[in-house]
Formats: sequence, structure tokens, C-alpha cells
Amino acid sequence: MSGHITEIIIFTALFALVSGMGFVASRWRKADDLASLHQWGLGGRNFGSWITWFLVGGDLYTAYTFVAVPALLFGAGAMGFFAVPYTVIVYPLVMLILVRLWSVSHVHGLVTPADFVRARFGSPTLALLVAVTGIVATMPYIALQLVGIEAVLKTMGVTGDLPLIIAFAILAAYTYQSGLRAPALIAFVKDTLIYVVILVAIIYIPARLGGWSAIFGAAEAKFAATPAPGDGLLLNANNQLQYVTLALGSALALFLYPHSVTGVLASRSRDVIKRNMSALPAYSLLLGLIALLGYMAIAAGVTPIGTDVNTVVPQLFDRMFPDWFAGVAFAAVGIGALVPAAIMSIAAANLFTRNIYREYLRPNATDAQEAAVSKVTSLVVKIGAVLCILLIDPQFSIDLQLIGGVIILQTLPSITLGLFGRWFHRTGLIAGWVAGMSAGMLMLYNIANPATKHAHFGGSAFPLEKLGLDTKMTIYAGFLALIVNLVVAAVGTWIARAARVADGIDSTQPEDYHADANDPRVHEIPLRGST
Amino acid sequence: MDAPRSDRNPWYWLLVVPIVVPLVPALFNAVEPRLFGIPLFYWLQLVFILLSVAVTLVVYWRTRS
Repeated sequence: MSGHITEIIIFTALFALVSGMGFVASRWRKADDLASLHQWGLGGRNFGSWITWFLVGGDLYTAYTFVAVPALLFGAGAMGFFAVPYTVIVYPLVMLILVRLWSVSHVHGLVTPADFVRARFGSPTLALLVAVTGIVATMPYIALQLVGIEAVLKTMGVTGDLPLIIAFAILAAYTYQSGLRAPALIAFVKDTLIYVVILVAIIYIPARLGGWSAIFGAAEAKFAATPAPGDGLLLNANNQLQYVTLALGSALALFLYPHSVTGVLASRSRDVIKRNMSALPAYSLLLGLIALLGYMAIAAGVTPIGTDVNTVVPQLFDRMFPDWFAGVAFAAVGIGALVPAAIMSIAAANLFTRNIYREYLRPNATDAQEAAVSKVTSLVVKIGAVLCILLIDPQFSIDLQLIGGVIILQTLPSITLGLFGRWFHRTGLIAGWVAGMSAGMLMLYNIANPATKHAHFGGSAFPLEKLGLDTKMTIYAGFLALIVNLVVAAVGTWIARAARVADGIDSTQPEDYHADANDPRVHEIPLRGST
Repeated sequence: MDAPRSDRNPWYWLLVVPIVVPLVPALFNAVEPRLFGIPLFYWLQLVFILLSVAVTLVVYWRTRS
């Protein structure tokens, strides 16, 4: 540990700085009181382009991404690069979807994606399913942020659970106090640090390792030496379909996650969102460069600590950078965990408050009561995440997050397609959700991974030969589950209509979907205290 | 109702390009030609990011109210 003193001092100092910012944030863009979800949970719904860019970027590109994506390339090669096409196609894909969600949410004062489903399809049951799916998919994601911090702490030689608990206790305290303002303010520091670290890494490390040719050469030699058939510098005939469906499926899923919706709904206008769809790919470029750190780690001869492959990037920094800069890099990853963890816990808490507490427990809850319940729930969610990591094998969280991506995709027919039309019947959507969930779980259960000695839940690549097809090709399980979901929802809708089953009432109007900030209807939300 | 800010604008169809192009492995699944020693697979997919930025910018400008 003594060899890492400089790193630890810099890490701790930067960590303390952003924690202070987190507490001060409650006074930033000051509201009269924070006692409503529009204020505590959505920061006043008034963020402009710059704040939204930092907030959404800091939210989507998490600490876990920064350690796990290069770790994927380190282990499997080209397949891990799926994160790049995924984050390239996501913005053009969701540009139209999100502006519609923003408009309808502002006209009707909606806070969560499940709120929208409730208003559109008039079905509390369907809204509950969407809310529960969101909470279950988000929880392991929060836990994974701890895995990111843990990888950094391990590299600095800091062991034991206490540092991790302290970090999360501070995070929980300022999120409780400042709500969404805290991660929005901290995101400025986090992203600045990450950009600086990666730009330095991408110039400095290849220069020390003998250039890009040498780096790719080392990676190629490593993959040629392993017996695994799926790895390599390029895709092969059997994993191309997996690569494409995983990128597409992940892109479709990204803005179904409650925390991404939270970032978007906090913005001021449609214009802010559209402009951000052109500006957010800057983060994708960053992610692509970060991914290549996995190959640099191979060329530098880095080996993971124990079996934790997520430590390869921190190890690479530790070996390549001078101590003080490695400290900055570790702080960037550590702080990178705090921003998304805060937003995710806020989003999960809002889902609980709006779609379970208010729907089923206390229908007449006031704004102040809603905010109070959300604040407490955000604490509970974080404690749950810490316990998850400390008491259960972290691998369990990684498996759960994999499942999370598959299940969140099952809310697409209700949310995304619901934004464009009202063709589906609520009964059909519920049946489709059940079918998609079952199919997804069944497929994931049947995916083995010999490398990690998992008989079940070993990955997301489902072999098509299990369906009786004579091929070695694999496909993303979530994508196939979504197809099952859509087919069942369509058939269910048709049957429900034929049997004249009562449909829910749509409380939205077609013009609600293009209302903008200067539209009189938008001011129907009680935005107390906003400027 | 003929809303002034309808989502029906033909420029939006341009968004299909950066969605489809990165999903065709035949375009980029090769080592040569390299750029600064980086295989095609990696640098071309990074270039697609610029394509996406360009298209979303054009659509943003053309659909501003």
C-alpha cells in the first residue's frame, strides 16, 4: 500500500471536493423549496443544453462502462467493441422518440416512464409492470458502480469494505439533500477529469508501447494463442449476428432505463434534447478510445488482480502513468461511479413513489409527501446496492445487470411504440410483457459460459442451434425476447378487440406529443419555485 | 390538427442512414486498410460517430421551428 500513497492522497482529495459540491448543489439554481418531485427528482425541469449534456453523458457512460468495456476487449476482442455501434446508433434512433416523451410528460406533469404508460393506456397494472421492471433493472446497475470503485481501490492496494461503505454513505447523504442537482453539478468535474485522462492515455500510452501497430499486433498474438473460437481482432461468421443484434438491442433499451429518462425530462425544452443528440456522440468517441485501452493492457503485459478482469484498466494506469496522474485517473473512475449511482437511485425512487406508493398506498399524496418518500426510498435503494455487493458475489450483480438489459427491453412496446400510436390493447401489452419476460429468462438460463464456469446465465449470446437450427450462429437473447413480446402483444390485441374486452382510456391528446416549452399547455405542471 | 411543430418532416428520414450503416458488418469487418496502424474494423466504426453527428446536426437545423 505504501507504494500507492500519492495515488491515494490525490484520489481522496478529489473525492472530498466533489462530495462538498454535492452538498452545496441544493443551493444551485435555487428553488423556493425542494419539496416536490419536479424539484428534488428532476432538478426543476429547467436544465439547458450544457447541463443536460454533462448530466446525460455522465449518466449513461458510467464507471462500470469505463472498466468493463476495455475488459471485454481484453478478454474477447472485436465482440467487445459492440459498445461503439451501440452508442452511435442510439442518438439518431431516439431523437424523435425522446422529444415526444418530453412533450407529453411536460403537458401532463409526468415524472417516470411508467407514469406515461398509465396515462396512455389507462392501465395501472401495465404501469406497475413497467415500474417494477425499471426498478429491478436499475438495482444491479447501481451495484455495478460499486464494482467500478472497487476495481480502483484494489489497484491502489486498499482492501476491506469500509472505504466502499464510506463512499456510498456520503453519496447517499448528498443525494438525499440535493436530489438531481447534486449529480448534475458533480458531472462537470467527473466528465472533465475523464476527458483529460483519456486524451492523455490515448497519446501517452501508445507512444510508450511502440505505437498502434505494436498494440494490435500484441492483441492478435494473444487471441491466436487461445483455444477460444469466438475471440480475435475481427468478428467471425458466427458472432456477427450477435454483434449487430446486441448493438441494436442495447440502443433500443438505453432510453427505456428510468435513469436515462430522468436526465432527459430534466431538460428545459425539445430544442435542448435535439441539440444534445448531436453533441452526446462526443462521449461515444471517448468510449471507443477507452475500449482500446483493453488492447493496450494486453500489449503492456497487464494481468488482472485475481480473477477480476475489471482491474486491467486501473492496473494499466498504475503501470503507465506517474503516481500523481494515476491518482487523477482513479479519481475520474471513482467519481464516475457517483454520478450515475445518484441518478439511478433517484429514478428508482421516483418509480416507487409515483407508481406504487401514490397509485396503491396513498392516492392523495401531496407533492411534499411524494418528495419525502422518494428521498427515503433513494437511501433504501443505495443500502440495498451496497449489501448486494458486500454480501453476495459481485459476479451476481454482473449477471443481474445482463438480465436487466433483457428485461428493460420488454417495456419497449408500451413506452416507445406507445409514444407513436395507440394501436395496442392494454391486455395485449400485458400478455406480450409476460411472454417476452419468460422467453428472455428461459434463453438466459440456457446460456452456458465455459470460461467463467457458469452453467446458466453465462452471457447474452443465445446459440440458434438450441432452437433446432443447423448453425453455430448466436443472437442477442433480449432481441429475440422482444420479437416474442411483440408477436404476443399483437395477437393479444387482436383477440381482445375481437372479444370486445374493455380498453383503458387514453388521457393524452395527439397534439400533446409536440408541445414545446413556449406552449401554454406545458405550464399546466405546478412548477413551484422554478425560475 | 395541423400543429406548427409536427414531427412529420421528411428530413427525419435522413436519420435512417446512421442507424443502418453501423449495423452492416460487411462494411467494416476487415483489417486492411489500416489507419495509423489501427485496423479498419476499429477506425471506421469510430468514423461512423462523425457520420452520426453530421446527420443529427443537419436534421436538427432543418427541423428547427
